[in-house]
Amino acid sequence: MHTIVFIKQVPATSEIKWDPKTGTLMREGAEGVLNLADKHALEAALQLQEQLGGHSTAVSMGPPQAEEALREALAMGVDRAILLSDKAFAGADTLSTAYTLSLAAKKIGSFDLILCGKESSDGMTAQVGPQVAEFLGLPQLTRTREITIQDALVRIKQKIEDGFRILEAPLPAVITVEREINRPRIPTMDTIMEAYRSKEVTVWSAGDLEGDPELLGLAGSPTQSRAVYTREVKKGEVTMLEGEPDEVAGKLIQALQLKGLL
Amino acid sequence: MSGANIREYKGLWVFVEQRDGQPARVSLELLGAGRALADKLDAQVTAFVIGNGIAEIARDLISYGADTVMVADDPVVKEYRTEVYADIIVEQALSGKPEIVLIGATWFGRDLAPRVAARLRTGCTADCTELAIDTDTGLLVATKPYFGRNLMADIICPFRRPQMVTVRPGVMESKAQDRARHGEIILVVVNIKELDTRVKIIETVRSASEGVPLDEAEKVVACGMGVVDEQGFEAVRELSDLLGAQVGATSLPIDEGWISEDRKIGQTGKTIKPKLYIGCGVSGAIQHSAGMINSECIVAINTNPKAEIFNFADYGIVGDVKEVIPALIKQLRTLKE
Repeated sequence: MHTIVFIKQVPATSEIKWDPKTGTLMREGAEGVLNLADKHALEAALQLQEQLGGHSTAVSMGPPQAEEALREALAMGVDRAILLSDKAFAGADTLSTAYTLSLAAKKIGSFDLILCGKESSDGMTAQVGPQVAEFLGLPQLTRTREITIQDALVRIKQKIEDGFRILEAPLPAVITVEREINRPRIPTMDTIMEAYRSKEVTVWSAGDLEGDPELLGLAGSPTQSRAVYTREVKKGEVTMLEGEPDEVAGKLIQALQLKGLL
Repeated sequence: MSGANIREYKGLWVFVEQRDGQPARVSLELLGAGRALADKLDAQVTAFVIGNGIAEIARDLISYGADTVMVADDPVVKEYRTEVYADIIVEQALSGKPEIVLIGATWFGRDLAPRVAARLRTGCTADCTELAIDTDTGLLVATKPYFGRNLMADIICPFRRPQMVTVRPGVMESKAQDRARHGEIILVVVNIKELDTRVKIIETVRSASEGVPLDEAEKVVACGMGVVDEQGFEAVRELSDLLGAQVGATSLPIDEGWISEDRKIGQTGKTIKPKLYIGCGVSGAIQHSAGMINSECIVAINTNPKAEIFNFADYGIVGDVKEVIPALIKQLRTLKE
């Protein structure tokens, strides 16, 4: 059983900066963290490995500093880490990102499963997993809360609007997991030291991937950010109700009664 | 990225999500929004619906604004499956060449749209809250809230077609139903056999939701970071019951397991427009406010006088929810007696 986990380094909340020219996120110099949803994907891979044997590979596309996210994956317990890093990948939208990741999966070669987190905390599109599945021609199983593998078939419990479904697909498949699927393990000091001292992060550039260079990065991205801006959210004057709790409660109830809301 | 003859692409398609022959509310909202966009482009609106035993739905979709309804009706597509639905839509989109495709950003739409977009090698902007046509270029401008405080992005897809977007439920207005409208119904032949499908649905379990769905509630009491413990949460629930409201939440109470995920309001949850919204210990960060800013009357209770929510609330109370909510409960009870 060989599982590939696609992970992403995302900016810490306070560190958002945009390039006003290209409208894309500036990752250089911003503090990055491993996307929380991806920890659940890593944990799911490690649990499958514990049950069924085999190995796991974490892959991330990003600037050189995204190596940190891969070190964290190594500290959690994955066997191998690959960073896809090249100026040619910069500014990629979901389609171009998924294309690049699919090229990496093809280069890795034999795998049974690809796991992804539900979505990144910055883009929040939840599109990369399904689009990787399309580029690789594999079944996609999203919003997964449980995974069971038997005889080259995978069964998952999928969260839907008002309940769940059990889906079955042949391996290999692409699965995106929900936060509820597990509790990610916290690396120990020992495994963290090991991840930095005795494990490697392999770096692949665009030249290492066999694909169409025109489909990479900003040039290969059909969508463009035309403008990124902050919007003042102001509806009008707020009426502040002041006084002791009993007093403000009385004032609020009166106001709501006047508006016919009680 | 340069594309093929993008001028060949005409018309706007709305992918209609249906269950048991009833269109999803978001699909009707998209027909309303799509109609307005198409009128600016002098284009036709096509509703595209897939399912089994759904003949009745077509007329309804015309009355909500569609000029044409494409219906793929077959037992193999009774239940939604990504690849089967994607195969049908892609085949039709390759020959029909729509300029714009709108899909609701439900669990279903967010699963389907990226797969279709990837196969068509086009762009798909996820979770949009506003749509417009640029008057100079005729391009679709899709606006979505982004990570961080009040950050918005306008996304375009200049060189590939169709221009695809998923749109959050609850942000667009559906048109009033007009039964006098005329339109054309086209039956789409489904050539997929069950034997050829890879993903099988073993079981579907639908749970009866607790109470009125959040996005249909007239009153919502939302619980935020300022409600620090389960006891505080129970008080919110009691207040909500006394008001005849539904309980909603920011991420924290859901992470704590006090309330189910279908009660989440905001960027990763529901978009609501109730008559009355009361935020209890809600700071008003964009992650939450993106989903409630259009509420008719917003009441905010927060200890921090500088909390963002006071910038857009109608009534503000600077105070501890632990004190204010019990006071409200006491007086509402007296009122009821």
